[in-house]
Amino acid sequence: MRVARARLDEVLVDPSPDFDAALDRAGRGPLRAGLAEVLQVNLGRLCNMTCRHCHVDAGPDGHDQMMSAETVEACLALLDRGAFHTLDVTGGAPELHPRFTYLVEQAAARGRHVIDRCNLTVLLLPRCRDLPAWLASLGVEVVASLPHYRPRNTDAQRGEGTFKRSIEALRLLNAVGYGSGDPRRRLTLMSNPAGAFLGGAQYALEREWRASLEKEHGVRFDRLLVLNNMPIARFFDWLVASGNLEAYVRRLVTAFNPAAVQGLMCKTTLSVGWDGTLYDCDFNQMLELPLRTADGAGARVATVDPVALSGRRIVTARHCFGCTAGCGSSCGGATS
Amino acid sequence: MDSYYKPEHLHRFGDIGQGQETLAAKFFDYYRAVFAEGALSAREKALIALAVAHAVQCPYCIDAYSQECLEKGSDLEQMTEAVHVAVAIRGGASLVHGVQMLEHVQKSGM
Repeated sequence: MRVARARLDEVLVDPSPDFDAALDRAGRGPLRAGLAEVLQVNLGRLCNMTCRHCHVDAGPDGHDQMMSAETVEACLALLDRGAFHTLDVTGGAPELHPRFTYLVEQAAARGRHVIDRCNLTVLLLPRCRDLPAWLASLGVEVVASLPHYRPRNTDAQRGEGTFKRSIEALRLLNAVGYGSGDPRRRLTLMSNPAGAFLGGAQYALEREWRASLEKEHGVRFDRLLVLNNMPIARFFDWLVASGNLEAYVRRLVTAFNPAAVQGLMCKTTLSVGWDGTLYDCDFNQMLELPLRTADGAGARVATVDPVALSGRRIVTARHCFGCTAGCGSSCGGATS
Repeated sequence: MDSYYKPEHLHRFGDIGQGQETLAAKFFDYYRAVFAEGALSAREKALIALAVAHAVQCPYCIDAYSQECLEKGSDLEQMTEAVHVAVAIRGGASLVHGVQMLEHVQKSGM
């Protein structure tokens, strides 16, 4: 049984930050969605890893929160009904879901760009050994988690030995054509800071990552995305336990960047939870803050009209400062 | 126990303009320009600043540039090496003065 997590809004932080007020002061509020172009599907919380920063609280105990076959079908039907150019598959480790290959095949057959958000180490499991070649054959973009291009920070965040195994997995992906500039074999690395600090500038970090990974490990990739850690679930717990919560929230608030608002993923993404509930983003999903249609109701993947969701007001809370801090942050990396 | 150095002073650095706004503005403009990406990357400059902060033993600078180095993508090993550069230069600066002592002994001794 998963323990309910405290929400950031229930934690006293001085001065009390108000995201909507910050948007208004910057002349960027209220936050409204445009036409949904990316369908992000969270297949569930099952994962072979238990990372310390995980906002999904995923792990090997996630079997009880997995998307049903019916809901997978509903996701494909929604893909047909909407104007989505991309299916973004996430988890947990989405590759461990029994319908993962079916969902990806069906979306690729429909001509959609497919993203697999991969923790890398899952590719070393015996049952997943054929996945790199299979993903390559379908032109799936792999967005792979790697906190840092050196071992220390990666292992601190994702567990001892993770860096070594991640490099091994990256070599498997390189061997089937990923990371060589081929748009049908796109390998994107996703970096989260290993602690209570913001991610750096993507363009500058990418140069250093590229040089170091090539020189030290013979590994290639196509692009680097930097994602700030969100004060949610396991990372929230760590912030509290380490005494970093207030300083980190203050850092996010003081680094509020109005220029980051336009590129926020919630404006063009629909997020589907494992049980078929719709959310504005993956973070709201983890905080159980479902999206609200114009009439204030929630929405389900099986019945929603995605076009009617355009213009809805996005559900916000304090954690949204995580996406507007510094260069901005989203599942697509920096937003400014 | 009260301390001469208070961490919150770092966040009040800008208040120094209250005494002389023009000079503070010039300094902070210059400061921003120094740390902008240039022939050196912002990450490299942050590591240099961290080393200098340890050389001058400024607690505010150590706090600020420990955080800045992390946010610019450095890890503990890289930051520690930067501190050792400061240590080596400070130690070397003392030790190289030993040549003065050596000369004195060689001149004065038999």
